[in-house]
Amino acid sequence: MDTERVEPGPDTEALPTKNRRRSINVGLGRLLIFVYGLFALSATGRAVVQIATKFHQAPLAYVLSAVAAVIYIVATVCLARSTVGSRRLGILCVSIELVGVLVVGTVSQLDTAAFPDATVWSDYGSGYGYVPLVLPILGLWWLLRGAKPAPAVAE
Amino acid sequence: MPEFLRIATAVVGLALAAWAGYAAWRDQAPRRGQLIGTIVLELFALALAATAVARLSDGHHNRDLATFIGYLVAFVIIPPAGFLLARLEPTRWGSVIIAVVGLVEAILVVRLQQVFTGVG
Repeated sequence: MDTERVEPGPDTEALPTKNRRRSINVGLGRLLIFVYGLFALSATGRAVVQIATKFHQAPLAYVLSAVAAVIYIVATVCLARSTVGSRRLGILCVSIELVGVLVVGTVSQLDTAAFPDATVWSDYGSGYGYVPLVLPILGLWWLLRGAKPAPAVAE
Repeated sequence: MPEFLRIATAVVGLALAAWAGYAAWRDQAPRRGQLIGTIVLELFALALAATAVARLSDGHHNRDLATFIGYLVAFVIIPPAGFLLARLEPTRWGSVIIAVVGLVEAILVVRLQQVFTGVG
C-alpha cells in the first residue's frame, strides 16, 4: 500500500509550510467517510425504531444504540470536514467508539440479561461482520496519521 | 419480492463488488463501466423496493414494518451515495467504495427478505 502519498487538498495548499497537514478527507479517508456514513445511517435507523416501538423491553441496549448513532454521525462529519478542530473531535469520537465496542462487546457476552436485544456493538459487532470493531482502529490510525505534519512537497 | 429479482440484484451487487475490488487491488481508479454498473445496481434496487412496497400496500402483514422500511431506505440510498463519493475519489479508494456498495447491497437483499418474511 502506498501510504506515503500525499493528496493535494484545500488544507495542504492554503496553510503555510510549517503548518502543512495531510488532508483527512481524501483517499482512504473518503472510504472511511462512506463507511462511517453507512453506520451513521444504520445505527440511527436502528435506534429510532427501537426507542419508538419497544423502548421498555431493553432500555440500556436502546440508549446505547442512540449513543452509537450520534457518535457515528459526528465522526462522519468530522472526517468529511478535515479541519484541525474536526480532526480532534473526530479522534475523541472514534476513541469513544473503540471503548464502546470493546465494553459493550464484552458486557454483552458476560451479561446477556442486560442486552436482551442487539445493539450495533453487541458481541463486538458480529452482526455487522465485526466491521464496528475494525472501523475505529482504522479510523484512529487514519486521524492520528493526519495529525502529523505532511512530508516536504518535493518528494 | 420476486425471487428472480432478488437473485439478480444480489448477483449484480456481487459482480460489481468483485470487479471493483479487483480494480482496487490493481491500484486502479473506478472506470466508467463500474460507475455505470453502480447505476444498474440502483435500478435493480429500485425495482425490488417497488415490488416490496406494492406487497405492503396489498396488505402483506409485516412483523417489523419499521425495521423493514429502514432497510428499504438504506437499500435505495447506498448506490447513489457511493456513486457520488467514488466520482470524487479517482484513486483505488474510489474503487473500494464501489466494491463496498456492491457487497452491502447483496447483504441487504438477504436481510430485507429475512425481515420481510419475519425470519431472523
